[in-house]
Parts: sequence; C-alpha cells; structure tokens
Amino acid sequence: MIPGEFTYHRPSSVAEAVAILVSHGDEARPLSGGHSLIPMMKLRMAAPEHLVDLGGIADLKGISEDGGAITIRAMTTQHELIESDLLSEKLPIIRETSLLIADPQIRYLGTLGGNVANGDPGNDMPALMQCLDASYVLTGPDGNREVAARDFYEAAYFTALAPEEILTAVKIPTPPAGHGWAYEKLKRKVGDYATAAAAVMLSMTGGTVTSCSVALTNVADTPLYAAEAGDILNGSTLDETTVGKAVAAAEAITDPASDGRGPAEYRTKMAGIMMQRALARAAERASA
Amino acid sequence: MNDMTPTREQREAALEGMGCKRKRVEDVRFTQGKGQYVDDLKLPGMVFGDFVRSPYPHAKITKIDASEALKLPGVIAVLTAEDLKGVNLAWMPTLAGDVQMVLADGKVLYQNQEVAFVIAEDRYIADDAIQLVEVDYEELPVLTDPFKSMDTDAPVLRPDLEGKTEGAHGPRKHHNHIFNWEVGDKDETAKAFAEADVTINEMISYHRTHPSPLETCQCVASMDKVKGELTIWGTFQAPHVIRTVASLLSTIPEHKIHVIAPDIGGGFGNKVGAYPGYICSIVASIVTGVPVKWVEDRMENLSTTSFARDYHMTTEIAAKSDGTVTGLKVHVLADHGGFDACADPSKWPAGFFNIVTGSYDFPTAHLEVDGVYTNKAPGGVAYRCSFRVTEAAYCIERGMDILAQKLEMDPADLRIKNFIKPEQFPYQSALGWEYDSGDYHTAMQKAMDTIGYRELRAEQKAKQEAFKRGETREIMGIGVSFFTEIVGAGPSKNCDILGVAMFDSAEIRVHPTGSVISRMGTKSQGQGHETTWAQIIATEIGIPAADIMVEEGNTDTAPYGLGTYGSRSTPVAGAAIALAARKIRNKAQMIAAHMLEVSEYDLEWDVDGFQVKGNPEARKSMKEIAWAAYHAPPPNMEPGLEAVSYYDPPNMTYPFGAYFCVMDIDVDTGVATTRRFYALDDCGTRINPMIIEGQVHGGLTEAFAIAMGQEIRYDETGNVLGASFMDFFIPTAVETPHWETDHTVTPSPHHPIGAKGVGESPNVGGVPAFSNAVNDAFQFLGNTHIQMPHDAWRNWQAAKNLGAHS
Repeated sequence: MIPGEFTYHRPSSVAEAVAILVSHGDEARPLSGGHSLIPMMKLRMAAPEHLVDLGGIADLKGISEDGGAITIRAMTTQHELIESDLLSEKLPIIRETSLLIADPQIRYLGTLGGNVANGDPGNDMPALMQCLDASYVLTGPDGNREVAARDFYEAAYFTALAPEEILTAVKIPTPPAGHGWAYEKLKRKVGDYATAAAAVMLSMTGGTVTSCSVALTNVADTPLYAAEAGDILNGSTLDETTVGKAVAAAEAITDPASDGRGPAEYRTKMAGIMMQRALARAAERASA
Repeated sequence: MNDMTPTREQREAALEGMGCKRKRVEDVRFTQGKGQYVDDLKLPGMVFGDFVRSPYPHAKITKIDASEALKLPGVIAVLTAEDLKGVNLAWMPTLAGDVQMVLADGKVLYQNQEVAFVIAEDRYIADDAIQLVEVDYEELPVLTDPFKSMDTDAPVLRPDLEGKTEGAHGPRKHHNHIFNWEVGDKDETAKAFAEADVTINEMISYHRTHPSPLETCQCVASMDKVKGELTIWGTFQAPHVIRTVASLLSTIPEHKIHVIAPDIGGGFGNKVGAYPGYICSIVASIVTGVPVKWVEDRMENLSTTSFARDYHMTTEIAAKSDGTVTGLKVHVLADHGGFDACADPSKWPAGFFNIVTGSYDFPTAHLEVDGVYTNKAPGGVAYRCSFRVTEAAYCIERGMDILAQKLEMDPADLRIKNFIKPEQFPYQSALGWEYDSGDYHTAMQKAMDTIGYRELRAEQKAKQEAFKRGETREIMGIGVSFFTEIVGAGPSKNCDILGVAMFDSAEIRVHPTGSVISRMGTKSQGQGHETTWAQIIATEIGIPAADIMVEEGNTDTAPYGLGTYGSRSTPVAGAAIALAARKIRNKAQMIAAHMLEVSEYDLEWDVDGFQVKGNPEARKSMKEIAWAAYHAPPPNMEPGLEAVSYYDPPNMTYPFGAYFCVMDIDVDTGVATTRRFYALDDCGTRINPMIIEGQVHGGLTEAFAIAMGQEIRYDETGNVLGASFMDFFIPTAVETPHWETDHTVTPSPHHPIGAKGVGESPNVGGVPAFSNAVNDAFQFLGNTHIQMPHDAWRNWQAAKNLGAHS
C-alpha cells in the first residue's frame, strides 16, 4: 500500500496544468479529489510519474446558471453539491445522489469532475449525468471542446478524454420546474459502490409521462443510458405492463460483472428493481 | 462520628469497585489520539522490512534473484528461506503442533505467502525493492475445496510431511490429512439414533472469515549485540508466550529477551500466534544490528495472518417424538489452509468444539473432527471466541432449529424442553465437560417475556399469510439462540500452550501512601483491563480504583501469564488478582491488629479498612495501614505490602445467554433489516456493567458482520477475493442494528469473585441468532437450511430458489 515515486505539480491555472500534461504525455495524471487515483497508486495499479494537482486552480470551482443550463466547475466537491441552494432548487437529484456517495469525509474531497472523468463504472455521477443529458467541457492545448456524457464513456477507465486534456466543467440543461426525479442505489454498506443503481428524471401532465430518461450505474463496464426504456415510458401512464416492458428493456442492456456484490444475474435484476423504485418515487414527486 | 465522616455508602462509592459503571481510564488517551501503538515507535537508526509475496496459490519456486533490488540505494538486505536456514529459522513450529514456513522454502502453498523479506532504510524504498525481486514460479495444481483434500488424486501440498503417518494428534490417513479427533461414545450414539423417533442430518458450514482488528499485526525488533539482548515491541495478545517461543527458536536466553506489547488496537484472536513478520524482523535485526520495523498492511492482514472458522459440520440429532433429544452426532471437516496454525491449547486440535452439546441435556453424543490442508492461508484462530466455541454454538443452535422444524415444534419451546436443569449443575456433558453453573430456564423466560416472543410469532404468522396473498414482498424471521460458552482456559490438567500451563498471574504493590501499582500476565487489546482490574482490587483491599495503576504487556515487569484471548482474562487473571489482593488484606489485618493493639481475630473488614468488632470507631483505614507497613510494621513482620498470585483454575467457566433477533427481509432485493436484537447475558458476577455492555455491543456487531456477509472467499483457482475493506464486510454505525442488552447473574461457584468472562459471548451467541432469523424467515416457503453468510444476493437467491420470485 505504498505508491512508487512521482513528481507532484500544483499549477494555479488551467493553462499551466494543460501545459504540464502536454509536456509529460501519458506519464502525467491530473489529481482532483484523489479518492480513486491515490488508492490505485498505493496498490501500484497506477504509477503516474507526474501528478498534476488541480486543487490550486480557483477557476475550477463554482456552480452557476446561465441561459437554461447549469454549469458546475470540475473541482466542485460532492459536499458543495449537497450544500448548493441552486442545485437543491433546480436539480435536487444531484443532492440525492451525492448523499449516497461514500461518506462525509470522502465527500469533502471528492469532486464532480474527478468522479465523471475517471471512467470508473462504479461511480454514481456518470450515469446521473447521462440521465440529465449533461455535457462535459474538455480543455486541452487547442482550447475547449464539449462531449455529451452519453458519448463520453468507452470502457472501464477509457473515455473520450485525451491525455493532455482536463475535464473542466459539466453543463446540465436546467430541467423544467415540477419534474420528478429519483436516484435509487442498492449497496452493501456505507462507502460501497452500487450493486446496482438507477437515475430517473421525468415530467408528467395529466397522469401521462411527457418526458423520461433513465440511466444505470455499475451494471456494465460503463454507465448505461437506457434510451429504449425511457422511450417506452414516454407517453405512458406508468401502468404495470409498460413499466414491466421498460424494466425489461433496461435489464437487457446490462452486462455486470459477478463480484462480491453478487452474481451477474442478481445485479441485472437489481438494476431493474432500482429502476422500478426510482420510477415510482419520481412519479410521486412530479407535478401531475 | 461527626457530620463530616463519610457514610459507609459514600466510602463504598468512593472506591469505584466491582459493580460500578466506572468510566474507562484508558479512553482518556485513546479518545485523544494519544495511545502509543507499535507503529508510533521510532528508534534511532530504525529500518523497515517488507515482504515479497507470491501471486500464486500453489507453485514451485525455481529461482529468487534479488540482485536488482540490492542495487537500489537504501536497500540493506533481502532475506530468503536459504538465509533463514543458516539460523535454523526457515520453518517455525505452530501452536497446533505443525510446522510452518517462515519464508517460502522451495514452494508456496497459498496466495500472498511470504517469499522474501526486503530490509531498507524506509518503507518506500522497501516497497520499490519488492517490485525488483525476481521470483520464478512453476505453477502446481491448486486445491481449494476441503471436501476434495483427501481425494486419492489430490495434489500433495506438503512434501515435507510425505510418508509421515503420525501427526501431532495421532495417525494421518492421507497426504493432506492433518488430524482426526474423536470424542464421545460412538456405539451408544449409534444406538440412540437407531431407536430415535425423529432424526435430522444437515451439513452446516461456518465460512472462512477473519478477526480483522483495526490495527494490523506489527512489530519492532531490536538486537543489542553488545549486551546480547533482544527487545521486541509487538502486537501481542500473549507477550510472555512470545518471549518463550522467541527464546526457544533463537536460543537467546529468555532473560535477555524483552517483549513489550504497548497499546493494541484490537486483537480478536488475530494477535495470539507468531507470524513470519515477527521472525523475519528479529533475524533482520540480528543481521543488521539496528532496529527493524515491520507493519502489515490491510490486504496482507486479511489474506495471510490467521483466518478464523472454515468448519464444515455434518450435524445429526436424534430425538423422541415429544422433542426430547436422545443423541448428537457431529462430523467436522476443518479447513486449515497450507499449515495448521490454529491457536488452541496444545492438546486440543479442534479447540473446545466438544461444547457442541450446548445448553441441552444430551444423554449421549459422538464427535469427530478431521483437519485437512488446502491452498489457502494458514490458521484457524479463535475470532472473539473461546477456541472453536462459536462454531460449536452455531452448529447446535442451527441444529436445534432444524429439529424443531421437523417436529413442528416452536424452536424456543424445544430448547426449554431440553435445557440442562438448574439442579443438574455441576453437570457432566456427554462430551466430557463439567458445566460449573447455570440457570437457563430463568434466563430464557426473562428474554421471551421481554421481547414479547409469542406476540412476535403471531405477527409473523399474519405476515406470512399476507405474503401468500401477495399483499407484501417482505418476510419476517425470528432468530432464537441460547448458547453456553466455555471460557477461562484453563486448568493445568488439560490446558497448556507448548507445555506451559495456562495459569495466569497478578502482582499488586501497595505504596507507603496507599496508592497501588499492579501488573498482570494478561494484555488488554481494548477490553479495558486498566479500568476493571483496578475495580477488583479496589473492592478487595479498599483502596479507590483511581489510586490503582494497572500495567500490562512488559515481560520484564509483569509476572508470567498466558495472555488475553478466549475470554480467559477475568476467569483466570481476574481470580489471580482477587487472590493477590486477599493476601494483602490478610497482612493488612495483622498490621491493623498491631496498630489497634487487639488480636487480628477481633477485627472485621469494613469497606476500606479494619475495625474492632463491636467498636467501629476503633478502626484503621487501608491508607493508614499502608503507611504503617513501611513505617512501623509489627515486630518480626517483613515491611512492605505487596503480593503475587499465580492462579491455576480448577475448572472452566460457562457463561450463557438468550439472544433473539427479529428480522425483515425484502425478497425482491434480499436486503435484510434487523428490526430488534435482544441479548441477555449471564456472565456471573458483573465487574463493570458499562464495560460489559460495550463488550456485548462490539461482539454483536462482529456477529452481525459475520452472519450477514463478512467472508474470506477464494475462487477455484485459489485467488483470495475481497481481501480489503471494500469487500470484507465491516459494518459502520449506519448498518449496525440497535442492541437491547439485559442480564441475569449466576455466579461461578469456583471463581473467587464468581465472574465468568463475557467478551466473546456476543460473537458466539450472536451468529446463530442472525442465521436462525434468516432461516426462520424463509421456513414457511419450504426452507430447511441456508448457508451463511446471509448477504443480500444470497437471500435473493434463496427467495428465488424457493419460488418467491414470479
């Protein structure tokens, strides 16, 4: 549990950080909250020669709303997400999800940017960002580009992020007032990754679903946006048959590993159960 | 007396003696982060050792090349088995009579086995050097299933034992067989089964788990070559035993070895035995002449230093149709991994598993245990239980539930029907123990009344009906457990460790001003001895506990003792303390008689001093007597006021308890929620009720963890799975149920203060309560027995297998 040797950098601007990444290529890794990277380094499963600590960059902090979108800068901690009045009012599902991540000590350090950029399928925020149709701002030597969360994840720890890029912000379209929302997570204990989890956002009018999106955590080597499940539910009254069909569609796209949380079959079924329970709670919360 | 004279009650309260909820004095430093643990120790010139470990569970080692590692600046040496052979330490004896490799000698037997020991100037360099040691392995067939250990074509795990038909405990019947242990009357038991109205037969497994103390195993060894003296600071539950073993192995005279166990962050059986890390640190310090520190990390702790349990118990009970039990037959297959490194008293290869008749009056019983080798980490330690007692309690408590189901009887009623009756104590069990005391009926009745047992059964029945009608997806289980522990090892007639009888000891010195230093052969790892030992002394000699210092763990100053594990401290050292204190009181009585110019027979003890019978104003307090002992002792009496006692207990003690668990299980996710957990403990005389409650809370939390998910798993290729706190279940306060505690008091008739020990009862009794609750919940769906651990996915699987998922 002791890491190899590395050089520690603490730049004060994004440009400076990008420059360090450019000059060291694959041998450098940005460090945000460190709750994934540092344990990996202690296990010597990751051995970056240069650690670029983003903690000294003031520009990477803060939550703001502008023109129908909420922007969360990458180094905003999960604790700050929980404390944000803006998010509690406009995007309460972020608070609900954050409260299910690990424990308070970890949330004081863990960041949204690190959580979504690392590509760990166990992290909760990636599926939530897919559910919310967020996009990620990636800053590199040639400036910024935006990639949709739904297109960002390629495989476990493989993403669209290039080695010389830093994920600097997350942009989320502000959902309509009165929407329903829920994040349901089954885990063995506080601090554990999900056995399976589901994020649901929906809007309803007169008992009928007018928009619905569903995404799943830790039941494949990437987060899963369950497009078909959302489509099936859209326009329905959330009757038992339709929900059953949507759950089946969501379960069909899962491909979980068998591990200490249970065999693959169980985890697939739990994804379905979590989705069903999230749907029910989201519907209860939505203004009809 | 004037108004200022304290009353008898006030004087008694000022002592904070036995029965007082005295706050733990050690917590002043622990809660401030001011404890002094092994890893806090920093000595001048100290270097660090760390292990190269095998990635393979079973392999030949064809080459170890440390040349690249030795080139790394800061690397001092790399030890291998070949180096250890030079000092005859490549192998070491285990407490169970086996031998164990210190460093891999030609082959490895389990994943993460110690292969080489790197010594470097700091921990970082040591870890870098580990990556540079090249080891060539030739993989061998892997054996992980103990049920296949004795197959004819099973791979030979221990070539060192090839051809040895005798083991430490009798004949071996196969190359992977360790021992066979048989107790009881086979023929009588067979007869009971032949004549039985009803029998059950179930293979009940108690899975492999680990004591996992928060502080891992660690030590600092420092050889002073000029004086020829070796000092070892370490996480030792039994420091004197470590000193003796170190002396026997190293040939350094025992008086030149100083073993010091400083504050210890939990032991639970993990810190009883000797590990390769200790031996390598000692050798490394002898080689380098500087102090060497070794600190295990979490994964090393979970995957190599002494697992617990891994008992597979084929359990048969014979009974009459009215529920009276007539015979018990148990066969245990014990998986010991690559070496038998059990930490049991030497003559007991399966510990005290023959307590398996439990709280019930079995007229006859027969038990056999076969120990086998597999490609898993060695051990078989007593994880917060007296040796193999938790396995035994689980076996019989599951068995009684299964019998009740077959008889269609209520499991609580079946237990009551078969309890040993109060008038039968002292009770000779069919498997050879003499139970000292007990009143099971009173305890069970109190527990059932308090928890509202009959009402809960009615509620459960209603819920089962609702479930069948499709109105709920939740099922309810009620777990009953009535355990009898056997603790306090133990009497020299049947208990020793490597030949040293399992007595324990206390030394008490009263200073001239009436304060006290006392030292014991035990070693607290969190049990609170500094608090409770002082309470015993306070009551016995009338000096306030606050004026009594308790010191343990330094073999130079403490009297020889066998250490703290198996709930033995109170039954054995607690008795030694009381008896040493009584020697002091006897001398104090003679001094008081001299001071008061009366015969000692004219004096009577009164809380904190002696008074003349019939004239309470003529009295001398212990404080006055202590001064006199040093200032003006009676003529012909040695000055001073101190005593030592070594106590060889006449018998074990037998704490017992009634535990009830009420659980709700969501069949769709398998998530189990403990609604209530009630624990009634009878540990005899209660020294500090607050500490007892804390001990019970801790032990129940471990029992909850073990029953509901805590497990060391291996895949079929021998990879150890989940050897980190990510997967190894350590519940937080969020998961842990609320505990309701209660007690009855049945003092031990042979113990000087009637105390029996309690630390391990909750682990022993708790596991069957949880497991019985889960099994009980599924019973109405047709379940007989579901193996532990009962984590959510296994509960879901059980529900699925029983047709509860549409």
